[in-house]
Amino acid sequence: MRRYLLKRLVTTILVLLLSMVFLALLVHIVPGDAARTLLGPRATPELIAKVRSEMDLDKPPMVQVGLFIWKILHGSFGTDVFTGRPISMLIGSALPHTIILAFSSLGLAVLLGIPLGVFSATHPDSWLDRILALFSISFITIPSYVGGLFLLLIFAVQLRVMPAIGVGDPSNIPDYIKHLILPAVALAITWVGYLARLVRASMLEVLNENYIRAALAAGIPLRKVVYKYALKNALIPTVAVLGVGLGNLMGGAVFVEIIFSRAGMGTLIYNAIQSRNYPIVRAGVLVVACLFIAANLLADLAYTYLDPRIQLDKMQG
Amino acid sequence: MEFVIRPRSQVQIFLDRIPVLGEVLQRPLGALGFFIVFMFLIAVIFAPVLAPYDYAKQDIPSMLQGPSRAHLLGTDHLGRDLLSRIIYGSRIALIAAVPSVSIALIGGIILGLLAGYIGGIVDDIIVIVLDTIKAFPAVILALAILALLGPSLVNEILVIGLAWIPGYARVTRAQVFSARQNLYVEAERSLGAPSRRIVLRHILPNILAPLLILAAMDLPVVITFEAGLSFLGLGVRPPTPSWGIILSEGFNFIRQTPWPITWAGLTLIITTLGFTLFGETLRDVLDPRLIGTRRA
Repeated sequence: MRRYLLKRLVTTILVLLLSMVFLALLVHIVPGDAARTLLGPRATPELIAKVRSEMDLDKPPMVQVGLFIWKILHGSFGTDVFTGRPISMLIGSALPHTIILAFSSLGLAVLLGIPLGVFSATHPDSWLDRILALFSISFITIPSYVGGLFLLLIFAVQLRVMPAIGVGDPSNIPDYIKHLILPAVALAITWVGYLARLVRASMLEVLNENYIRAALAAGIPLRKVVYKYALKNALIPTVAVLGVGLGNLMGGAVFVEIIFSRAGMGTLIYNAIQSRNYPIVRAGVLVVACLFIAANLLADLAYTYLDPRIQLDKMQG
Repeated sequence: MEFVIRPRSQVQIFLDRIPVLGEVLQRPLGALGFFIVFMFLIAVIFAPVLAPYDYAKQDIPSMLQGPSRAHLLGTDHLGRDLLSRIIYGSRIALIAAVPSVSIALIGGIILGLLAGYIGGIVDDIIVIVLDTIKAFPAVILALAILALLGPSLVNEILVIGLAWIPGYARVTRAQVFSARQNLYVEAERSLGAPSRRIVLRHILPNILAPLLILAAMDLPVVITFEAGLSFLGLGVRPPTPSWGIILSEGFNFIRQTPWPITWAGLTLIITTLGFTLFGETLRDVLDPRLIGTRRA
């Protein structure tokens, strides 16, 4: 167990380092000079030289990589060329909105997807199960941007019952929540379908186990067997998926944030791309990747902890 | 006289099972999926015949119209016929999806074979590199690279291919590990066959079937991903009618007309649903491990 944990941690650190190297060197695939592209055609040579030196582009690539990692380890992403504000401040004001959005969607998906999956599994092959199956597959195939556009069109433009843009006023909780509903639903749709299917499959498997049959034979009511004994084991694979899910939600958040004009990491990165503000793109992408890596690591560790059976396999593998 | 007993490879077994189409069609969801995929392919092949107008022909006086007899699905902000644009959009969907999945498949197979067969340090390095690619949510990775390379169909295909490589490499690697244990591989090795021959003649054909199924299942995912990148303005450029571009232009005029978003969105959902239903039914029918449990 300890060896597995150690190996997992070492790989995670290596992946983090490699991601930073990748992002530090990525700037060199730009045709031409990154500082010149950033500043536009009317920039003076002096300004270009200044920004080049701020971005460390005037140093050899290996030094660039080293400096990039060194600065990040010291908590600095540099300053924004246009506003002069520290990039970490820009990220600090965008990140909470994205995290709230991602967790709300995940919560919504769990609250709807798991009961639907349990219901399907306890009524296998009934007509309701078949209808739910079709619905879950349809939900899975609705991309977040199509879901977002449809919700925006119906509830904000046609019915005008929901706000269309912005995150609302963070100090006014009901207003903030009202602005969160449509984006969170748009992002959750896919995962409701996905979790429903996953839980149905693993629940059906668990319900076939001997200990469940024994519990039923002993006269314990079905409801109690399902929710107290079966669900606990059926949810283990879900935990592993939730880590990946959180990462995908951060990706899907880009679309949803743009459609609903919400502040967040997605709009930050997207707007930075539009203005070719490469230092912000790089910092934003790195932060999202770090969160994704952390979510995966946590899910993986939780999974190993919850299901003692897989530890041996992993140690041998 | 020489007797040669050749083990039937999984590809041959796979091909023998082509009649599975009948079996797929017997299932309601499989038949629905097949029908949708079939209609999609008809749209791709016969786009010039089916489309009532030139997809790029502007007709400003009749812009932003709803469905009518002249324009069955209505028109966009430049008066272009939405039906024609959606029909031609199917071509872009396929032109983007097939090459990117192929790049991912070929790249993944090569890396997976190297990692799985050579093992050791090579395996470790490949696994770490793959984990690093996977450390970025696909959209974010695509954004970061396309921001630098600039938006175009070719760049988009390359980026999607790159983002999807780890999935195929992982499956290939796992399959190679299990195929290596087979007796016929042992036998071939003990006869002194070179690694290249073992990998290409014996291992690859035996692991191809699950990879091809995976590729088929990835097509709809990649189609929606491409449309998403085009929606963000990072894929094909207007006036090329990618479904994502129709959505993004519809988004700009969402207060004037609901139709571009409605039709392009529904087309995307139905196409993806069709491919998914067809792919999943096909997998259920083809996957021998599920035989016997299928009718349970």
